[in-house]
Amino acid sequence: MERAALWPPRARALVAALLAALAGNGTAAEYVQVPAGTLTSAIAPDAVGTPVPIDAFSIRVTPVTKGEFRRFIEARPEWQRGRVPQTFADRRYLQDWRSANAVGDAHAEDEPVVNVSWFAAEAYCEAEGGRLPTWHEWEYVAAADATRRDARDDPAFRARILARYASATPADLPAIRAAANAYGVRDIHGAVWEWVDDFNALLVDGDSRSGEDADKLRFCGAGAINLQDRENYAVLMRIALLSSLNGSDSTTSLGFRCVRPVGDKTR
Amino acid sequence: MILGLRSLVGAAAICVATLATPAAGAAPRLQGAAPQRSGDFGAPQGAAIRAVLTSPPNVPPPTGRKAPARVIVELEVVEKEMQISEGVSYTFWTFGGTVPGSFIRVRQGDTVEFHLKNHPGSKMPHNIDLHGVTGPGGGAASSFTAPGHHSQFTFKALNEGIYVYHCATAPVGMHVANGMYGLILVEPPEGLSKVDHEYYVMQGDFYTTGKYREKGLQPFDMEKAIDERPTYVLFNGAEGALTGDKAITAKTGETVRLFVGNGGPNMVSSFHVIGAIFDKVRYEGGTSVQRNVQTTLIPAGGAVAVEFKAKVPGSYVLVDHSIFRAFNKGALAILKVDGVEDKSIYSGKELDAVYLGDRSQPNLNAVTAATKAAASGTLTQEAQVLAGQELFAGTCSVCHQANGAGLPGVFPPVAKSDFLAADPKRAIGVLLNGLTGKVTVNGTEYNSVMPPMNQLNDDEIANILTYLLNSFGNPGGRILTEDVKKVRAEPKPAVAAATH
Repeated sequence: MERAALWPPRARALVAALLAALAGNGTAAEYVQVPAGTLTSAIAPDAVGTPVPIDAFSIRVTPVTKGEFRRFIEARPEWQRGRVPQTFADRRYLQDWRSANAVGDAHAEDEPVVNVSWFAAEAYCEAEGGRLPTWHEWEYVAAADATRRDARDDPAFRARILARYASATPADLPAIRAAANAYGVRDIHGAVWEWVDDFNALLVDGDSRSGEDADKLRFCGAGAINLQDRENYAVLMRIALLSSLNGSDSTTSLGFRCVRPVGDKTR
Repeated sequence: MILGLRSLVGAAAICVATLATPAAGAAPRLQGAAPQRSGDFGAPQGAAIRAVLTSPPNVPPPTGRKAPARVIVELEVVEKEMQISEGVSYTFWTFGGTVPGSFIRVRQGDTVEFHLKNHPGSKMPHNIDLHGVTGPGGGAASSFTAPGHHSQFTFKALNEGIYVYHCATAPVGMHVANGMYGLILVEPPEGLSKVDHEYYVMQGDFYTTGKYREKGLQPFDMEKAIDERPTYVLFNGAEGALTGDKAITAKTGETVRLFVGNGGPNMVSSFHVIGAIFDKVRYEGGTSVQRNVQTTLIPAGGAVAVEFKAKVPGSYVLVDHSIFRAFNKGALAILKVDGVEDKSIYSGKELDAVYLGDRSQPNLNAVTAATKAAASGTLTQEAQVLAGQELFAGTCSVCHQANGAGLPGVFPPVAKSDFLAADPKRAIGVLLNGLTGKVTVNGTEYNSVMPPMNQLNDDEIANILTYLLNSFGNPGGRILTEDVKKVRAEPKPAVAAATH
C-alpha cells in the first residue's frame, strides 16, 4: 500500500504528532491503555475456536468527532471533500457537512464523524500517531460492559446492543458521551459503526448462507473464517456491514476511532 | 409470416394491460426459434419496460404481453420505524418501504434487470434472494449492497409461479424477521385467468422484547426468534393492516384471487378464510390446481394463489388457523363483501331460543325422586308431573316452547292440544318413533319433522306425558310406565305419520 514504507514507522508517528500539533489540536485526544489478553472471537482463526492473543494497546476513549476531523482536514487539505481523489473516498464522503471546511451547527462538532472512507480514517489515525484497530482489538474492547471485560454471554448485554443496532439511524447523531465500559472506553456501541484496519479480511459471503461450503481457498486463509458465535447477532451485523464495504465507501452511520501501540510488547 | 408475427408480438409488448384483458392462448412459438430450455422464449423483444411495483395489498396489472421483454425492476431498501400494533412501533427493514415489500409482476421468459438500492440512511447492508431466480443464492451474492449503494444483476424468469423474495444478509433470520420479504409473480405466457380482484397478502412472524401489544418502540428479540416464540403473527406487517377501513373488498358475484405468501421467518401458515371455500388453490404457486379447499398450508418461504367467488355479503375473516395466532398474536384480516343477500345459499339466523339441555343439573331432582319412587312402586301422579315438568323444559320446550304454544307454522302447540286430547296414548308412539309429515293441530296444518325421542326411558316418557296432560289447559289423565313399555314392545310403524 502506498502509505507504507516511505519512512520508518517511528518517524511517521513523529511527523504525525507534529502535524497534529500544527493543526492546533491543542486538546490531545484521550486514550486509555488496554492490557494484553486473549479473545475468544466470533471469528476464530480455526474451526475449534482457538482464542486469539491480543497485545496491549491503547485506544481512543471516544470515536473521532466531526470537530476533530475538521481540524485534521484544515491541516491536511488534500483530505477535503472535493479535493480527495475518488480512489480514496466516494461521493458520499463528508457530504453531511455544510461545506468542505465547515461541519455545520456548533453542536454537530461533538457528534461522531461519519461519511468517512477507510482511507481517510487511516490517514487521520496516522496523523494522531496511531492506526485503526484490528477487528480483534475492536472486538476485545467491545466485549466489555460497565463492569465486566467480557459480558458477551449475558443475554441482557447482547439484547441491549442489538436493540441499538437494530433501530433506524436518527437524523441527528447523538453527541458522544455514553457511560464508559470496563476499559474506560465510551460509545463503542450505540453511536456509530466503526471502521477497523482489517475490514477487508472480514469476508462474509455476500449470500452469507454458504456455511462450511464457502469458497475458503479463494481467500487464502484470511477469508477462512468460521462464525463461531452464531447467536451473537450484534457481532454478525457489524461484520456484515463491514464486509459489504470497500475502502473508499462511506455511510451515514459509519465512523471510527484509533489505537496506538504501547511501549514494550512483551509486558 | 415470421416478420408479421414478430411485429404483432412487438406491438403487444407495449400495450397497456388491464385486469379485463382476457386470457390469451398459448405462448407464441416462432418456427425455427424453438426454445432450448423450457420457459425460455428467446431474447427480449422491444424496448425495455419498467416494471410496475405496487404496495400491499395491491397487485400490479397483468403484463398483457405476448413476447419476452427486458423488464427493469428498481427496488429500494429502507429501514424505518412503523406501527406494528396500536401504540406499538417497530424498526422494520423493508423492500420499498412496506411490509411485505413491493409486489413484482413479470412474464415467464422475461429478462429481468434487477436494481437493488440501499438507502443512504440504512445502517445495514442488504441483498435479495428471489425464489423465482435460477442461479446460486437466487441473486443474493450478486445483490449484496452497502448502505448508500446500488447493485444490479440480471436473470431470466424461466419458471412461472408465485414466488417469495427475501433478504439473505447475515444474520439472515433477523433481516427476514424485520420484514424483508415480498412476492414476485411470474405469469405463465398466456397470462392468468381473468378475475375481478387481485390482492396481495403476506404473513410474517415478529419477535419483540415486550409482550404482545406492549406500548412504545419495541426492539427485536433475538432469543424469542431463535426459540421460535413469536410475539406477533401478522398479515401485511401490522395488526389492523387489513381490517376496518383497510379491509380488502369485493362485491357478490365477483371473483377474488389472493396471492398469499408467508415470509416467516419461522411459522408455517394454515391459511383459511372463515366462511369461504377456495374454489381453486394453486399450491406453492405450482401448476396443479386443488379445488374446494378449506385451509391451505403455506410454508415459510412459500406462497399460494387462491381463488374464490364471493357469493354471500358480509365480513370474511382471513386467519392463520393455528388459531391462537389469529386471536392472540394478530393474524387476522378482513375481506368485506358487499351486495345482495342470497337466502337460498345462506339464511342468516332463523332461530334464537333458550336451550337447557337434557340433563341440566341441578333441576333434575324431581326426576331423580320419580325414578326412585317408580322403582319402589310408590310413584304418585304429582311426582310424575313434577318430574315431567323438568324433562319437558330440557327436551321438549326447545321446539314446543316453555309455554307449550309451539311456533306458528313450524312446531305444533302442545297446549290445549286437540291432537293430544283426542288420543293421549297415541302420544307415546309419537315420542318413541317421532312424527313426520302433515298433522293438524287445533285447526292448523303442520308439515315438519319431530325426531324420535327414544333416548328417553319408559319412566321419563310416562312422566313427560303425564305432565303435559295435566298442564297447559289439557284435559288431565295419567300415562304409566307400563303403558310406555307396551308401546315400545310393539313393532315400529313403517311411517310414523298421523292424520287427525
